[in-house]
Amino acid sequence: MPTSLIQPEFKVEIDYDKCHKCGRCVQQCGWGVYSFNERPFPDDSKCRACHRCVTYCPAHCITIKKNELALRENANWSSEQRKNVWRQAESGGVMLTGMGNDKPYTSYFDHLVLDACQVTNPSIDPLREPMELRTYLGRKPDSVEVESDGHGGVRLKEGAGIAKNIKLDAPIIFAPMSYGSVSLNVHKSLAMAAERLGILMNTGEGGLHADLYPYQDNVIVQVASGRFGVNPEYLNRGAAIEIKVGQGAKPGIGGHLPGEKINREVSTTRMIPQGSDAISPAPHHDIYSIEDLRQLIYSLKEASGYKPVGVKIAAVHNVGAIASGIVRAGADYVYLDGFKGGTGAAPAIIRDHVGIPLEIAIAVVDQRLRDEGIRNQASIIAAGSIRSSADMAKAIALGADVVAIGSAALMALGCHLCQGCHTGCCSWGLTTQKPELTRRVDPEWGAERLTNLVHAWSHELQEILGALGVNAVESLRGSRERLRAVGLDAQTCEILGVKPAGM
Amino acid sequence: MTTETASGPIEGYIQVDPQVTVDDGVAVIECQSVYYRQLNEAVRKAFADGLKTVRLLNVNGQRYLGTGIKGKDLTIEVHGTPGQDMAMLMDGPTLEVFGNAQDGVGNTMNAGTVIVHGSAGDVLGYGMRGGKVFIKGDVGYRVGIHMKAYEDLRPIMVCGGKARDFFGEYMAGGLLVLLGMDSQLDGPLVGGYVGTGMHGGEIYLRGVVESWQVGKECGIFTATVEEMEALRPVLAEFCTATGFDLDTVMSEPFTKLVPISHRPYGKMYTYL
Repeated sequence: MPTSLIQPEFKVEIDYDKCHKCGRCVQQCGWGVYSFNERPFPDDSKCRACHRCVTYCPAHCITIKKNELALRENANWSSEQRKNVWRQAESGGVMLTGMGNDKPYTSYFDHLVLDACQVTNPSIDPLREPMELRTYLGRKPDSVEVESDGHGGVRLKEGAGIAKNIKLDAPIIFAPMSYGSVSLNVHKSLAMAAERLGILMNTGEGGLHADLYPYQDNVIVQVASGRFGVNPEYLNRGAAIEIKVGQGAKPGIGGHLPGEKINREVSTTRMIPQGSDAISPAPHHDIYSIEDLRQLIYSLKEASGYKPVGVKIAAVHNVGAIASGIVRAGADYVYLDGFKGGTGAAPAIIRDHVGIPLEIAIAVVDQRLRDEGIRNQASIIAAGSIRSSADMAKAIALGADVVAIGSAALMALGCHLCQGCHTGCCSWGLTTQKPELTRRVDPEWGAERLTNLVHAWSHELQEILGALGVNAVESLRGSRERLRAVGLDAQTCEILGVKPAGM
Repeated sequence: MTTETASGPIEGYIQVDPQVTVDDGVAVIECQSVYYRQLNEAVRKAFADGLKTVRLLNVNGQRYLGTGIKGKDLTIEVHGTPGQDMAMLMDGPTLEVFGNAQDGVGNTMNAGTVIVHGSAGDVLGYGMRGGKVFIKGDVGYRVGIHMKAYEDLRPIMVCGGKARDFFGEYMAGGLLVLLGMDSQLDGPLVGGYVGTGMHGGEIYLRGVVESWQVGKECGIFTATVEEMEALRPVLAEFCTATGFDLDTVMSEPFTKLVPISHRPYGKMYTYL
């Protein structure tokens, strides 16, 4: 009997006339595609099309092609569906994958267009005029009290009680990716870039490595159900604390970091034994209600001298009501993760079929909090496949305060979206703990590329704001009047709070 | 809404400033009608002022007592009934409750000792990484859930009474003991789903459990003489703290539960 019915997804073609026989492809591939006997021989079945070998081949003689084996056309049973049935018939296993939802769902961002000023009100040139991107993350007061400063001006009244906010130089932060799922060099790159950019990185649930302590003022420390690496010192180091309830790629699902990824350093940072699975239960077992959430928020505040505490949730059906509960529970920000958000590992069925689109979630949460008069009490962070500054601008116009990028940040570091994060063999050295692979990311190089990316998006956002005729990102926030829908039905427009183009 | 200032009024709560008197090096705090936030501030201030012992009188549901407090030589005495999340994230002190405790005792605790001379509620020692929690009486649901060990940190929890469901669920390390003595609960020693998802640590139960009560990730054994001798110092410390007789405790056979695998879900997946 055949061991497998599944044929390779890609074909690795080497032009041996050009090949230097240098063996660099053998050395670069983390998946073990190549063997070498006077010249490299590829095993197509192992290739994930991550292009590491292609990038490093000095002769440019490697091509990766789709393995276009014809299967009888069937619009219902795609070749992927067929392969999955074969795979599960062979293994009996839950299909595990990495990165975000790759199914062709509608991108609402791609159906929204932004406004610009013409004739009746002037647009602004951000190259010559100030354009403010500064954003404050955290609870804003219902009102402020001021008093005379004795010199003809006013100042905030003493003890007027504004909660701690975190100053961000741009409305963009790095999404939580745990040390363990990504390498330490990735964490260092993110932390160094966050410090240079005046923004934040987020530890994810795997604790804070000692090498990141110098950057702690630009770090959100996360508390997830596994409580890995969480102790008073950890909480006190972060600029803010985040309770992770859910993740867009796997709403309602916990995490299993496989024992192979728990080496000595990961073990130290997470404070768990080497080689054991790091299991995050699906729920926090001390949060079974909004009241329990409030209890945890305030316990973390008590333990940290009242730092801002945010709550990250996956965008799901009743996200408006859930977000309202979170804000009323005392959260300083709500982090909404849409269903296209990435992950280090998730069951493919969950990743691809659970949760709702981010755009819808931002719109309904912003509206719900406004309707209830509590929008000022928490910031909204939006994440889950923010692919460009246009997505960022549209997310902010829909009601987000800040966006978070995870997949885009990894792409800045070399990720090609091969969806192999869960294997621990990432050839780009990102989602692996193998020392021969992790050393491929130089944090200094990584920080520079991340800094470039955020700078570029910030400039583009300034251009968008200038075209809109506003001089601060504050003025775009929740300004859905500046958005129009193209090709969306009336009900979707209503949910998004956006008029169709032409109206 | 509640304000973020310590001094401002808190709507819906009577605000009473905690009365602190220092008696022979012990800070004595009258807690009647004091809001938890002011109370915990007063406790932290007493320790910051160099006192080593804080005695809380008439505690009535105030939350987060001992939460996040660091220091090995510190002692907190709680007279009355503390509120939820007591000794959460605690790192070193000894906290003794003369009364019953509620839910979340020792949540994510790092080090130190908690002694409760009474019963306690649900989710005790969740994610606890070190230190000891001794509960004299009965305990509720999800006790010892996801306790974990790390190098020289090995959390220990001993409960003198009976427990409800999900005892030691997801347990990843440490030692969890249930004695079933002097219980006020009807029913079996422990509920169902004991050690479900367990992948580290050990559970000892004084008496027997049926296999249906225990998660499929656990192996069920009768504790050997050597294992009981290894357990003796822990039980002796518990008995000294709570007043049980060690010989009586040791007189019955114990059941030992350990995980079958450190990788309970290692073979669950097929990789895309």
